[in-house]
Amino acid sequence: MSVFQAFKMAIKSILSNKLRSLLTMLGIIIGVTAVISLVALGQGATKSVTEQVRSLGTNLLTVNILGRGSANTMDAGEAAALGEEVEGIQYVAPANTQNATVKFGSSSESVSIVGTNADYAHVREYEVASGRFVAQIDLDVYQKVAVLGYTTATDLFGFADPVGEYVLIQGTRYKVVGVLAEKGSSMTGSNDEVVIIPETSFERLFKTKGVRTIYVQVETTEQMDAVVAGLEKSLSNRFRGNTSSYRVFNQSDALSALTSVSDTLTLALAGIAGISLLVGGIGIMNIMLVSVTERTREIGIRKAIGAKKRDILIQFLIEAIVLSGLGGLLGIGIGVGAAQGASSAFNMDIAFSANVILIAFAFSVGIGVAFGMFPANKAAKLKPIDALRFE
Amino acid sequence: MASKQRASSEALIRIRNLNKIYRMGGETLNALDNVSLTVNEGDFVAIVGPSGSGKSTLMNVIGCLDTPSSGEYWLDGEEISRLRENKLAEIRNRKIGFIFQGFNLLTKLTAIENVELPLVYRGVPAKQRRQQAIEALGKVGLADRVHHRPVELSGGQQQRVAIARALAGNPPILLADEPTGALDTKTGVEVMGFIRELNSLGHTIVLITHDPGISRQARRIVRIQDGRLNEEEAGPE
Ligand SMILES: Nc1ncnc2c1ncn2[C@@H]1O[C@H](COP(=O)(O)OP(=O)(O)O)[C@@H](O)[C@H]1O
Ligand SMILES: [Mg+2]
Repeated sequence: MSVFQAFKMAIKSILSNKLRSLLTMLGIIIGVTAVISLVALGQGATKSVTEQVRSLGTNLLTVNILGRGSANTMDAGEAAALGEEVEGIQYVAPANTQNATVKFGSSSESVSIVGTNADYAHVREYEVASGRFVAQIDLDVYQKVAVLGYTTATDLFGFADPVGEYVLIQGTRYKVVGVLAEKGSSMTGSNDEVVIIPETSFERLFKTKGVRTIYVQVETTEQMDAVVAGLEKSLSNRFRGNTSSYRVFNQSDALSALTSVSDTLTLALAGIAGISLLVGGIGIMNIMLVSVTERTREIGIRKAIGAKKRDILIQFLIEAIVLSGLGGLLGIGIGVGAAQGASSAFNMDIAFSANVILIAFAFSVGIGVAFGMFPANKAAKLKPIDALRFE
Repeated sequence: MASKQRASSEALIRIRNLNKIYRMGGETLNALDNVSLTVNEGDFVAIVGPSGSGKSTLMNVIGCLDTPSSGEYWLDGEEISRLRENKLAEIRNRKIGFIFQGFNLLTKLTAIENVELPLVYRGVPAKQRRQQAIEALGKVGLADRVHHRPVELSGGQQQRVAIARALAGNPPILLADEPTGALDTKTGVEVMGFIRELNSLGHTIVLITHDPGISRQARRIVRIQDGRLNEEEAGPE
């Protein structure tokens, strides 16, 4: 008997008792639904965390100056000079941040004011929508110019073009020279509610000295470790070996820590879902065993007219596989739907991967083989006379 | 479709000193006691005996559903008393057409699917299978009922489907165990008519019954009593 013939037989038998077939598949359906939807949610979480960290910029290092006593900042010029001292640095942007009110006419907004240099746009991946960004010349001559974040610009100016207008920052007039493109928010909050001014002007405006944060963009990912080492060496010299005065923060380390947490979460979800799949397999075995007993006479008749052990084994095994495979397919469909439902209802990120779907399907078929084997073998071992005598 | 003719010296069934012993607890029961029987090509043999005499046991051995405890069983030139389950399944499939008392049709399959089943297990290609099944159903006068399920057929029709199933693979022997047992007298006569007709077409038939009226229709009658066979002169056609 051909396998194709066995498939036809299995499908016939499954269709002849639809309700029972559905109930048999239910465990697998629920299991696969759980696997697909939970993993989609888990991977969605991983993806959104990754994207948020990435949105800070790629190959980015952050140097925090903690200082010692009153010397708790670093001169901005010295900070920028790190780019020359350490091999492999593409951009270096010393930055200061302060919350302050910005006024235009009668409207006023409380935003963060960032004092930095031209590299900041590259390091933080800002695009200029209109006008220009802060330039080195602005720093050199203490220009009172400002670049507005997307949201700040629309909050203050509505649909009007802010470039060329003057805003008041802490009561000081600043000329708007540019507006940034929209960037969205990241873990550190909105990226669009900012006003960027030259670092030197910032120091004057807020009467501060030096910077506490330096953003460093490394040329290639391979150079990250070398640049970290180089920065640490330079900083150590500057702070006379006091390593607690500064901290070099590698965002890819944070990223891998975060993704490993959410990967573990995904794995745990998959494990729980896998257990429910296993329970589904036991359900299939149960009902198949009942079915073998019920169909003892059928088995006897088939054997009497020439079915071999192998034929009966394959028939029942394929029935189990078709049941579990079909349950798997239904589960995948429902799981995708459920994940999408949950994502739109609770505003969660989801991510489907073909791999997970394939594995879930293969696993459910595997469960059919594993748990169908015992009942199928029981059916195949029946002796034809005993089976025929069975009422 | 008659089976091919063979030399009369080589019998289709040759059973020599066959025993079937059942052991239950300490007791042994000789369900078949030193049985010898020869059935030739084209024969129509009735095996009669009261209930518990060993008819079904003999039928199971002849039909390769069970193996004897000792003795020889030659079927179509092959000694099969020591064969294994898989080989026996193949022999059942090719050499024997069963006609059971309770029809033993698969209730979920249509008439034609039931008739095709032995051919499925023989590995006959679908097209040829279908053709042979339709032919067999035509022989039993059910050409217009091929897609009916057993529940949609009368008892007589169901037994005719079962006969068609036995015929479909063109086996050398038809083995009928109380074929009229589940039928009323009128349909019983009808079915017996069929079986006689098949014999006249050249099919070899072994019929098991407890009904003397049925057994008289055979060419040869063999009595069985307490597992022992006794051949007697048989009635006419
Ligand atoms: N599987 C078995 N185990 C034990 N004894 C059996 C078995 N099958 C049949 N017998 C016994 O063998 C004898 C013959 O039985 P059977 O061939 O069924 O008789 P019949 O079909 O002529 O009524 C009976 O005494 C029966 O009880
Ligand atoms: Mg009996």
